[in-house]
Amino acid sequence: MATADWNPLGDVYYRKCELYAMEWCGLVDLAKHSVAVSTYGGPIALMKDESKLSRVVTNVKPVVSVYNAGGRLQSQMRWNSGNVITMGWSSTEELLCIQEDGVVLVYDMFLTFKRTFSMGQEAKDVKIIDAKVFSSFQGTGIAVITTSLRIFVVSNVDSPRIVRLAEVPGLNEPPSCWSIVVTDRQARALVALGSDLFLVDQGGQYQQMQADLSEDAGPISGMAVSFNSKFLALCTQQGALWIGSSDLQRKYCEFNTKSTVCPQQLVWCGNGAVVALWDRLILIVGPDKDWIRYNMDCSVFLVQEEDGLRIIGNDTHEFLQKVPAVTEQIFKIGSMEPGAMLFEASKEFQKRNQKADEYVRMIKDKLDTAVNQCIQAAGHEIEPSKQRMLLRAASFGKCFLTDYRPEPFVNMCQMLRVLNQVRHHSVGMPLTYTQLEHLSMPVLIDRLVMRKLFGLAVRICQYLKVPDAEGRSRILAHWACFKVQQKNEDEDKLARAISQKLMDVPGVSFSEIASQALEYGRKQLAVKLLDYEARASEQVPLLLKMGQDQTALTKAIDSGDTDLVYTVLLHLRDKKQNSGDFFMMIRTMPIACSLYIQYSRQQNLKLVEDLYYQEDNSLEEGNCKILRSYTVDHIEERAKILEEATNCFHRCKNEFAVKQTDEQVKLMRIQRRLEDDSGRSYADLSLQATLHQLILEGNATWVEKLRKDFKVPEKRFWILKINALAYGEDWVELEKFSRSKKPPVGIDVFVNGCMKYGNRLEAMKYLSRVSPDQKVRCLVKVGLYKEAAEAAIEMKNEDDFSYVLSRLGSADRQVAEQVRAMRGQLGARR
Amino acid sequence: MDLQELSKLLKTQLAHLLVSFPDAKDVVLDPDLMKPLDRVAGITFLKEHGVSKIFKLEPGKKSLQGCGKRVYLVRPRLVTMKYIADHINTEIAKGERRSYKIVMVPRKLHVCEMILESEGVMGHITIDEFPLELFPLDSDLLSLELPEFFTSFYLDNDTTWLHTVSSSLVNLQRLFGRAPNVYAIGKGAKMVYELMETMFETHKDRKDKTFHIGQIFIVDRDIDYVSLLCSPMTYEALLDESFGINCGMIDFDGEVTGDGKGAKMLLTSQDEIYTQIRDCHFSQMFSYMRDTAKKLQELENKKNNLQSVGDMKNFVGNDLKVLKQQQKLLTTHISASEAILKMKGKTDFEDFIRAEHNLLEGVENKENMTYIEECIQKQFSPILTLRLMCLASLTQEGLTQREYKALKTQFLHSHGFEHLVTMFRLKKLGLLTEQEVSQSSMRLGTAKVPGISVKKSNYRALNRKLGLVPNSEDINLQQPTSLSYVFSGAYTPVPCKLVEQILTRDTLIGLEDVGRMCGGLYADVKTKSQGISMPGPGNPAMKVILVFFLGGCTFSEITALRLVAKLHGFKIIVATTAITTSSRFIESLVEKVHR
Repeated sequence: MATADWNPLGDVYYRKCELYAMEWCGLVDLAKHSVAVSTYGGPIALMKDESKLSRVVTNVKPVVSVYNAGGRLQSQMRWNSGNVITMGWSSTEELLCIQEDGVVLVYDMFLTFKRTFSMGQEAKDVKIIDAKVFSSFQGTGIAVITTSLRIFVVSNVDSPRIVRLAEVPGLNEPPSCWSIVVTDRQARALVALGSDLFLVDQGGQYQQMQADLSEDAGPISGMAVSFNSKFLALCTQQGALWIGSSDLQRKYCEFNTKSTVCPQQLVWCGNGAVVALWDRLILIVGPDKDWIRYNMDCSVFLVQEEDGLRIIGNDTHEFLQKVPAVTEQIFKIGSMEPGAMLFEASKEFQKRNQKADEYVRMIKDKLDTAVNQCIQAAGHEIEPSKQRMLLRAASFGKCFLTDYRPEPFVNMCQMLRVLNQVRHHSVGMPLTYTQLEHLSMPVLIDRLVMRKLFGLAVRICQYLKVPDAEGRSRILAHWACFKVQQKNEDEDKLARAISQKLMDVPGVSFSEIASQALEYGRKQLAVKLLDYEARASEQVPLLLKMGQDQTALTKAIDSGDTDLVYTVLLHLRDKKQNSGDFFMMIRTMPIACSLYIQYSRQQNLKLVEDLYYQEDNSLEEGNCKILRSYTVDHIEERAKILEEATNCFHRCKNEFAVKQTDEQVKLMRIQRRLEDDSGRSYADLSLQATLHQLILEGNATWVEKLRKDFKVPEKRFWILKINALAYGEDWVELEKFSRSKKPPVGIDVFVNGCMKYGNRLEAMKYLSRVSPDQKVRCLVKVGLYKEAAEAAIEMKNEDDFSYVLSRLGSADRQVAEQVRAMRGQLGARR
Repeated sequence: MDLQELSKLLKTQLAHLLVSFPDAKDVVLDPDLMKPLDRVAGITFLKEHGVSKIFKLEPGKKSLQGCGKRVYLVRPRLVTMKYIADHINTEIAKGERRSYKIVMVPRKLHVCEMILESEGVMGHITIDEFPLELFPLDSDLLSLELPEFFTSFYLDNDTTWLHTVSSSLVNLQRLFGRAPNVYAIGKGAKMVYELMETMFETHKDRKDKTFHIGQIFIVDRDIDYVSLLCSPMTYEALLDESFGINCGMIDFDGEVTGDGKGAKMLLTSQDEIYTQIRDCHFSQMFSYMRDTAKKLQELENKKNNLQSVGDMKNFVGNDLKVLKQQQKLLTTHISASEAILKMKGKTDFEDFIRAEHNLLEGVENKENMTYIEECIQKQFSPILTLRLMCLASLTQEGLTQREYKALKTQFLHSHGFEHLVTMFRLKKLGLLTEQEVSQSSMRLGTAKVPGISVKKSNYRALNRKLGLVPNSEDINLQQPTSLSYVFSGAYTPVPCKLVEQILTRDTLIGLEDVGRMCGGLYADVKTKSQGISMPGPGNPAMKVILVFFLGGCTFSEITALRLVAKLHGFKIIVATTAITTSSRFIESLVEKVHR
């Protein structure tokens, strides 16, 4: 009978089924341990409890052991820190050990120490008397109460921030019981003082509350908050059990247990019933005063779950839950629900009985409901054989439906396969379907990885077709990180093994694995692993961290990402004390070199010179010196730098540069002298500009001297002087100059010079002396288009004539007409 | 495919960036980023995303006014970081409370963070990046607007921006599909290609095989400096040379617009008239414009023959507006052309062009040298003079020792000693060299020095192989069939010629020598392209080609590529690190000392 183990509680049923026969059977006596169990089928931590032990007080440190839910030992260690008040598990399955001095030590489930934090100075100074681990909206929180009767709360153990709660007025001895209530994203403490309750919060406010207890109930001695924080159960010294809402606004019932002994554990079973434990007696009380009692063979420990209660004993691990509605609908005796009928039909069908058809006909219209009920009910069964029966019924019903969507059925089959796998005693995670839905598949996979069940995790991912990036790749990366911690394995072998597994897996970060290896002090392995990393941006920083400077630099350069090269270069520069060493290191790498030079050029020119000096690149060194000379104001200082530059140019045998630099120094000194003489500045003028200014000033001696000293070619000098004179409008001098000797330039230069500075009349003076081949152009220049055209015709020069035509744009319209008309003459005369 | 997709993507990214720094904020812009940002997003877009004031980052200012939140949008340069640190430190000293965000464009660099850290402002700022890489300037033109790429990569061997180029190509292909065929011409191009491949490898994500760009050419600037130095002859190139086109925008002064106020104008294919004339040889422009004017006139005449009220309504509603707009555009273009003519008239333009063309043809060497000397003597602008000097050196594969020294001396005497450094730079790039004389002490000296290898010009051989200077005198300027029309038939830009050759021949066989002369010709061909010789159906995306110029290109080259596309039925998209002209190119190499 499917309902054999059902017990009615009011109008619902509760059932208890065995999950595991404990592997620790015969080895562990729970009565002698303090116990902490992680929810959602998590591991069990035990610590030998001195107070529960014999009278002989020993100084032996207790042993902490972690078992999986099936009672298989996972790991064990001797506790050698302070006195542990409370143990608890975080939502990420880390073991939290809260010591008397408020220090919290965090371990993973293999008892590897992870981190520690303190509950504050006050807790440390005055010690704590009790601590609670609770699930907050951010994860897992811890609350402690100190001997000074103050409560401190940390809402998230991953980023501990200590908050002091308001003080309870009139509290001068440790409260008989207290609890944490999480509502509105805030953790508040509910403290019992006599028959009064105080709710204290983080804002320093307290709220006195009255539970609606009968008069003779006596002071409150125990309390339990339901899994969803919505309900509260209280028990009193006189044996009253009060059930209501956690804000004390509603009271469901008050049940008299007639026991003046305080229960060992008061917990909720799901959110529907309160369970009290006295040594070997379990009493389940519903909100309507209904009750069930179970007698146990040995002392047990109760664990509150989302949808039930786990009862852990010395031999067995059992699960108590309210029979889910859908299960009840199918299996309840005499149920006429479609699901029940379908289940019957399926059973008859297997017996080859025609009744099957009858049953199906009865529920023809509600067949889809029936199928859904069977699928749902299968999910709530723990026994695979029952699951199978229900699924078979669902599948049978499905045959009669034409447009039934197969997804719910397929999904349930998949989920159940996964659940059955993780419930197996070798894994030991007794999850229910409801719990898995809440936990979600990715978290389950994470938890498997945390248990180092990599193979199973990968298989599940592949079975569920989880994308590689979230599934397989991630798990293999974790596997590799775990692998590198195994110190006894040969490094070469390890590196090979890891790379073989991971090479073709997309999205695996070898650098992460390498950094893990580095953390465990396996540098060589890390270097080997890093070789497989494709992304240089991940590789290089780690190589630097490992001190593999040369490799880092090479990899950075190979990547073509200059930013990485700079990262390495600047790191090296800061690391190497001696800049010489640094230069030596990079000089063999031209890219690194030129990048560093670029960087230095913007920072400090002098440094660049040093670099080039190191490199024996005298030419560039000289160039830098020239550039630097312009940043100096003082002439002599500048000359000095330029002389240094000359030396550089000497070294690289660049005579041209030597000569030019020498001349520049000479010019600068002359300019200085001129400035001293005349008080006018010549600084920064080129030779040409200096001459120009001197001519304007009429300083003939110096003009002559400069001309000779710097060997200014005749022609250039003439053009220069003509332009300078014209610019200074010294027409007389210009005229004189034109007749001083036979000019090495054409007279047209004079014409141009005059015209440039707008003196047409002066320009005309030179026209007669212009050589014939320049005549036309000069005439055009001064605007005598007609004459120019005539001259062109005279010389029968077609090109010149076209030139005149092309320039007619700015001519007088009448003249232009005349010139155009002359085109014929050119042809005629030819 | 539509290049505007890129703009949209950038806009989304920018909006996200601004929104992630909530509330009202001021934006301080790097002057370099003003125009690009204007093209990508525009002021109103910024205002819509919570920007209250926009400042220009200026070196002199020690602090700025404004509200409690500030975003710096800057290039990752060390000096810029120092300015910002100055701002922050001064303002903190004054007791002003503000939160700062520094957004580096196109990506954040470690060195910059180091500077900020050493200046002690890391605690006050958050750092982010805005991947403003390639963005569209026109329907067939993308630019990184990184003019410093040229000097930084070719002159200083700084490979920083190569990463940006590669990543821009990767991102472009993420958007438009991975191009099956890639050609890399030149050393830098090969590096970009390799970097690009690595990036694809480390971020395998897209399995999608569809692509909208069939072939990508990556071309090194240093395979052809000559085309950079030639005087532009087509309208768009001339506009750029005369007025400067910045991010597709041009600033006309009052003289051009005629109203004395000047005007900004956007030059894209959306301007119908401009599309018609942008690629015209200058000599043909006026006839084009005359035709257009006539057409407009006809349209205008329509108003005299309006028969009914309906016609009239139609005319006023549609035609009139278009007419007015077109008339205005045409007027502007005509006056711009006149302005160009006037500017050319002021200088010795004909002589200059004659010298240039003679140099390209390799004739009348003596006269050419005399002309260059005259340029110095007559104190022409040093940029123009250097242009001719470099052209002479390139075309003759080095000047003779005597000419080299004489010209340099004269130049230094005239324009200042600091140009000694300029000369070194030109030499390092192989722009201004002397002819190989083995016993020359100077070459011996430099040959030993690592990092300085003077690139030798191989103009003559390349010219012979590719026929860069066409023999026939009569180049059709009106209906051009030869790419050389962009320089009045005097020269064909090598990159454009090579692209044309590879595309039409569909093979690299026969181009080995040319490849060697260009520093390597590398092809990664996954899909045999449908050569024009082979008719039949093929993936139309194979006819879409992206040509990426490393180190900038000129509008003349863009025009030449447009002709390639037109002649052979391709769609060519030009991408470049920046658009340059011969003057801007030389100017970037000239030493400007701060006096």
